[in-house]
Amino acid sequence: MSPHQLLILIPAFNEIGAISGVVREVRGVMPGVPVLVVDDASTDGTDQSARSAGAEVLRLPYHLGLGGGVQAGYKLAYELGYEYVIRVDGDGQHDPRYIPDLLKVLRETGCHMVIGSRFQDGSGEHTSYVRAIGIWFFRAMLRPILGKPVRDPTSGFVGVNREALQVFTGSFPLEYPEIEALVVLQRKRFQFQEVPCRMRPRKTGRSTITAVKSLYYIFHVLLGVFINVLKFEGRRRKE
Amino acid sequence: MQRLLNVTTILSLLLMALVLFSVRRSHIRVEYSVSWLAAAVILFALSRSSPALTWIAGQLGLADPPLALMLLIFCVFVIVIYRLSVVISDLKDANIAMAQRIAIVEFQLQGRAPGTSLSSPLTSNEE
Repeated sequence: MSPHQLLILIPAFNEIGAISGVVREVRGVMPGVPVLVVDDASTDGTDQSARSAGAEVLRLPYHLGLGGGVQAGYKLAYELGYEYVIRVDGDGQHDPRYIPDLLKVLRETGCHMVIGSRFQDGSGEHTSYVRAIGIWFFRAMLRPILGKPVRDPTSGFVGVNREALQVFTGSFPLEYPEIEALVVLQRKRFQFQEVPCRMRPRKTGRSTITAVKSLYYIFHVLLGVFINVLKFEGRRRKE
Repeated sequence: MQRLLNVTTILSLLLMALVLFSVRRSHIRVEYSVSWLAAAVILFALSRSSPALTWIAGQLGLADPPLALMLLIFCVFVIVIYRLSVVISDLKDANIAMAQRIAIVEFQLQGRAPGTSLSSPLTSNEE
């Protein structure tokens, strides 16, 4: 496979402390594979840091949030004709050594989306109590909707193939996109798989999801999932 | 009751004047002034027509016509605000799509410079 069929996408917002290390690490693991950093209008020079580490940078004109940034990267990848896109967070939590595992599953199984799961092998280190409770809750909620268990629905370490890319260029959740994206794909009868991987503590900065925001997060995601289920049920009835 | 109706009459006239002034100064686009003007006209008409208000109160099962007026004002403004929420949501979607498009076009323009590694795999294969 030509390395140009794969694009590594790194969304980043004010990650100057971590981004160059992440880019260098990714390039070390996947030499020759293009790395695209989507800079969500950072004010700390994240874009220059990423460029100097060897990444291409798609700089958004103003802050769109995680979903808007990831979708911009997906749109560019789709327009440039990439077959696979693997997303790695810009804070250094995702270990790039697992990228080949994600790619292998994407290519060999033909599934549309692959999730790097920190719980697949029964571990789950570097997860706060609040997040662990949220993950447990969403696992239980998603089980009947997806028709199969998902161990790490909030993981942002995901790979998608071109069919999923096409769907996401048209519709992608703007805030906290991981869980809703799963529902969007499942409603289109797309397949996903999980691959065990290790997560690391973030290199610098703090998570955007604080304890206070957790309630809003749960409500927002619940509503998003509910709307997506309704939307697709309605479409199915019309058909 | 009459005092309340006089107050709502003045408020509706003030709202009409404010909206027309804002449209004239281009602070509000004409298409978005329609909802506010309609709300002001409804408010004015109900304030100046006691029999109509009494009839509506009767239909709603309310003993007090001013209560019916307050309920109607609430409903009218809920509709206006809902409409504005729809407009804002559409604008936000369009704005995000435009921001993404600008970023992609800028990226592609810069990509013409030599030394750029990220290019279309289709182009690369052709090469």
